[in-house]
Amino acid sequence: MSNVPADLKYTKSHEWVRALPDGSVEVGITDHAQHALGDLVFVEVPEAGRTLKAGEACAVVESVKAASDVYAPLAGEVTAGNPKLQAQPEAVNAQPYGAGWLMRLKPAPGALAAADLLSAADYQKVLDAEGG
Amino acid sequence: MAFIPHTSADVAAMLAAIGANSIEELFDEIPQELRTRALEGIPEALNEMQVGRLMSERARADGALMNFIGAGAYEHHIPAAVWAITTRGEFYSAYTPYQAEASQGTLQLIYEFQTMIARLTGMEVANASMYDGASATAEAALMAVRANRKSSSARILVPTTLHPHYRRVATATTHNQGLKLEELPYAAAEGTVAPAALARYEGEDITALVIQQPNFFGRFEDVDALTDWAHARGTLVIAVVNPTSLALLKPPGEWGARGADIAVGEGQPLGVPLSSGGPYFGFMTTRMELVRQMPGRIVGRTLDVAGKSGFTLTLQAREQHIRRAKATSNICTNQGLLMTAATIYLALMGPQGLQRTAAAAHARARELVAGLTRVPGVRQAFAGAHFHEAVLQLDRPVAGVLKGLAARGIAGGFDLSAYYPQLGHALLVCATETKTSADLERYRVALSEVMQAARAA
Repeated sequence: MSNVPADLKYTKSHEWVRALPDGSVEVGITDHAQHALGDLVFVEVPEAGRTLKAGEACAVVESVKAASDVYAPLAGEVTAGNPKLQAQPEAVNAQPYGAGWLMRLKPAPGALAAADLLSAADYQKVLDAEGG
Repeated sequence: MAFIPHTSADVAAMLAAIGANSIEELFDEIPQELRTRALEGIPEALNEMQVGRLMSERARADGALMNFIGAGAYEHHIPAAVWAITTRGEFYSAYTPYQAEASQGTLQLIYEFQTMIARLTGMEVANASMYDGASATAEAALMAVRANRKSSSARILVPTTLHPHYRRVATATTHNQGLKLEELPYAAAEGTVAPAALARYEGEDITALVIQQPNFFGRFEDVDALTDWAHARGTLVIAVVNPTSLALLKPPGEWGARGADIAVGEGQPLGVPLSSGGPYFGFMTTRMELVRQMPGRIVGRTLDVAGKSGFTLTLQAREQHIRRAKATSNICTNQGLLMTAATIYLALMGPQGLQRTAAAAHARARELVAGLTRVPGVRQAFAGAHFHEAVLQLDRPVAGVLKGLAARGIAGGFDLSAYYPQLGHALLVCATETKTSADLERYRVALSEVMQAARAA
């Protein structure tokens, strides 16, 4: 069973979103996603300052067997890419909801409300439907 | 075994199985206006005997001329052992096998090729080779756009001292992918890019700058100044280099304060014979931090479960069979056979042998230019040093002069007038270690005769 923390929001494409106290959000990939990819060997995160549209491919996670795009869960401006992942991509496997975060975004006005995000319970249903 | 995989009975059975009447019917959704009708200028089919005869007649016509043409493909002595070894059954394949790791010998050879090319260019990592120098240059432009994440313009500065064919291939490959290749002029007196010419790009977003060294005219660009200019503005540097010259020149990895970011080139001078435009092979190198943006195969060395050293294809997540449409390139193969010859050539020559070859070619070219510019009506176009080719300017059209030289058994050079009309009657000549002083004298005498005859006419 994958770990699906109740306090986060999710996307159908297996990203998670955490609201931070300053109004920005932190984005990563779920425990299910990291497990499906296997051991990560490389993570490419976006540069700070880049403006993203909702659903835009904005990061790459590469394992020994596959490379996958990560999509922006909502529109906004990148305030930081996780600088530790260049040297330690395995942090995404070890702590997908913690040290393995990928980027922080400042949502565009209204973007958070407009984003098509799932609750933990609804994301769990997506996983159940996928057989995960 | 038949050479044709499907007999007409096979084809009929397959069509019947899917309910189609003809092969043509399978393509009927392609609009008429997009179809290629009969190909023009293609002669009737010949059988093997007729082709053999035709080709040996053409080979006789070619082989009779003493060659002074360079312009991107260079005649060098190839030790007999190179192709004797390359054509052994164990090596004689154009491709990396599909079950690559089952062929440890092939992978070891590619690994050694990569190591030699990386050392020659002074760069950190090389791929397993590309199709040729021109396509490698085009791929380097695409790679620079992916790799330079601080730039969003996709503008690439391309000096007109880059081989004109490379410029055409790069433009054809990249213009539908949104890249803007912008021509950078050269200084008329020197035949090199004047770093001052870059001033007009000050403050603009330029993704990459291409620098060919030695350039198409055989001249030396101020690679340190150009590289530092680019890096100070967040512009990547793509070096296009002649591998033979690197035995003497500063490698791209050491250009300027930080070195070039991507180095590519035509590998043909390393053990591949001149052959009517190919097949040749390209090489491509970069720094480790950009390796995931580099196209092509890469072989790595690793340890197996028993702790024994072995070779494997690595970083495959960049490639088509895994990344699909997002792969770094549609090119996911290499020029296996020619790269094999180059590896054996480099192993036989060693650093000293390559250095002696480069030095001899340079000396012969100087001697050639000194001799030819003594002929009335012939002058050197650009002041200053050149590697193993140089541009001459004649007092009459080059085409007629080349015809006269060919009648005297000499392929006199590459006519530049269509590519660089501003140079007038310009001829690019080349000499390598394959020419003796007597050969150079023969060219001088022949040119003298042809020019004199033309003047008298």
